[in-house]
Amino acid sequence: MTTTAPEMTKAAPAGGPRRASRGRGVMSSTGLYAAIGVAALLFLIPFYVLVRNAFSTDAEITGEDWKLFPTDIQWGNVTAPFEDTTVDFGQSMVNSLIVGVLHTVGTLLVCSLAGYGLARIPYRHANKVFYAVLFTLMVPTAVTFVPGFVLVSSLGWIDSYRGLIIPGLFSGFTCFLFRQYFLGFPKELEEAARVDGLGYWGAYWRVVVPNSLNFFAAIATITFINGWNSFLWPLVIGQDPSAWTVQVALSAYMTNQTVNYHLIFMATAISILPLLLVFLFLQRWLVQGIAQTGIKG
Amino acid sequence: MSTTTTRDLARPAPAKPSKAGPRRGLRGSGTFNFWLFTGPFLIGLLIFVYVPIGWSIWLSFYEARFTVTPSTFVGLDNYRSMLGNDNFTGALGTFTVFAAIIVPTTWALSLGLALMVNRLRFMRAFFRSVFFLPTACSYVAASLIWKMSVFNGVRFGLANTVLGWFGVENIAWLDNPNPPWYWLVIVTARLWLQSGFYMILFLAALQNIPGELYEAAAIDGAKPGWQTFRHITLPQLRATSTAVILLLLIAAYQAFDEFFNLLSKTTWGRPPLVELYYTALGDNQDYGAGSAGAVILTLLIVVVTLFQGKIMGFGRGDESK
Repeated sequence: MTTTAPEMTKAAPAGGPRRASRGRGVMSSTGLYAAIGVAALLFLIPFYVLVRNAFSTDAEITGEDWKLFPTDIQWGNVTAPFEDTTVDFGQSMVNSLIVGVLHTVGTLLVCSLAGYGLARIPYRHANKVFYAVLFTLMVPTAVTFVPGFVLVSSLGWIDSYRGLIIPGLFSGFTCFLFRQYFLGFPKELEEAARVDGLGYWGAYWRVVVPNSLNFFAAIATITFINGWNSFLWPLVIGQDPSAWTVQVALSAYMTNQTVNYHLIFMATAISILPLLLVFLFLQRWLVQGIAQTGIKG
Repeated sequence: MSTTTTRDLARPAPAKPSKAGPRRGLRGSGTFNFWLFTGPFLIGLLIFVYVPIGWSIWLSFYEARFTVTPSTFVGLDNYRSMLGNDNFTGALGTFTVFAAIIVPTTWALSLGLALMVNRLRFMRAFFRSVFFLPTACSYVAASLIWKMSVFNGVRFGLANTVLGWFGVENIAWLDNPNPPWYWLVIVTARLWLQSGFYMILFLAALQNIPGELYEAAAIDGAKPGWQTFRHITLPQLRATSTAVILLLLIAAYQAFDEFFNLLSKTTWGRPPLVELYYTALGDNQDYGAGSAGAVILTLLIVVVTLFQGKIMGFGRGDESK
């Protein structure tokens, strides 16, 4: 938005070029809004279906005609997933919350320290270490799930928070993002900290981290979303229903013998809700983070 | 290294002699500090990334069913059986079809959305949020919405309801590979989930294109629209496009969630990871063959990544910036 504004004022005196500088398409303004409106409607349909089904009775969902909205909003559906005996949905939400938070905190801590070390601390073999990290980016994490499972099961970490959280903390990509970020961090601030007698460790915690909170927030948001939504690893590790995350629980609903439509849609809606809140409140950091890291990555 | 020398050179003028002590200590402890910062990460990386990779390569040469400490060395037999396995090669074919559809469509849709959002004067944040919102949903959640409602094969599925208004018979979207309607279900689900994310990347890149370029083009008589898009916007987005295509390819390669959930009871449309999952963790628990498959897939992705980087000039993005 900020970039288009000066563009317009610059071109305005010329009159003619103004349109040219803005208008990159042949579509008129009305056509543009019509097109984007249709696209937006299509993108919102799944959300509409989700909410409609979550608050309807099964009879209405499977009824002869498509009901645009439930005749009576079934508020009672909200508690249905928690009372269900086939899948322990409440436990899976708790698991996801614990795993999501610890995964985020741990990843940020471990990867930011390593990224800083690689970016800023002079060491003869730092380059070799960096290449060892880069190499892991070439190996897709999803492909290592077979050996990863083998390792975790021989550690006896199946069905445990340890098994769900710890193997995922050491993300080469996140470490790489932090390194790139710290390479661009203003040196003067650290120099000032050194003059005050702080070592690398002190300077990192008292100067570097407090001045990088925006970047940390962006990476934290992305990490949390990925952790919450991940499916393959929790599916492999969560052999026992008590260790299921919410994604594994949703998947189990789909293969259940009996299908309670209102229940599984309500469960899905509840599982998405925390992330929608994260999105609404943290969108600025998220968009910034993706724009920064995505381009660099 | 260079930082320390410049610091030492710059320091003497304002330096207070009393501060020399801690500074010398700091300079001398570079190695210690390096390991202090990177140590935890590197130990974890070693245990949870390098050890599994090594173990997997080792397992792939052994007869390893129901055990991860096998003793029967079988050489390349696991590789031979995986490459001769119709399910596995079929999975590679599935991936190829999937990538050939999903990469160009996501690229085009996310670029198109970014171009439209970028031109908006009102409600820009609103539309951006609408397209970005699905990124919050998981593949499992989207699969559930798609399978249970939007593309439910029975009468009350949304797609069948709408088609019904035009007198079209119910279509069994997922339960019948012939015609392969399941591709439509899988592709639309992934498009919905990931287009918003790549739209953000394109939006950021679009806003970095200097306005002067368009003004100069207008003076030179270029018509706004296709001409400026073809000769200014598209070349300026080259670095972003390359990165997006690479990211899309890697993401498609690792597709698991929606295939696993949408096609759970079927034998068709299994991409490589789903096939591996059933090989290694299914009824047979054949870790040897599963590991061989994982090694083959890893080699493939490395080759494809390097190859794509070569043709599309990945990494040139930094120079153009």
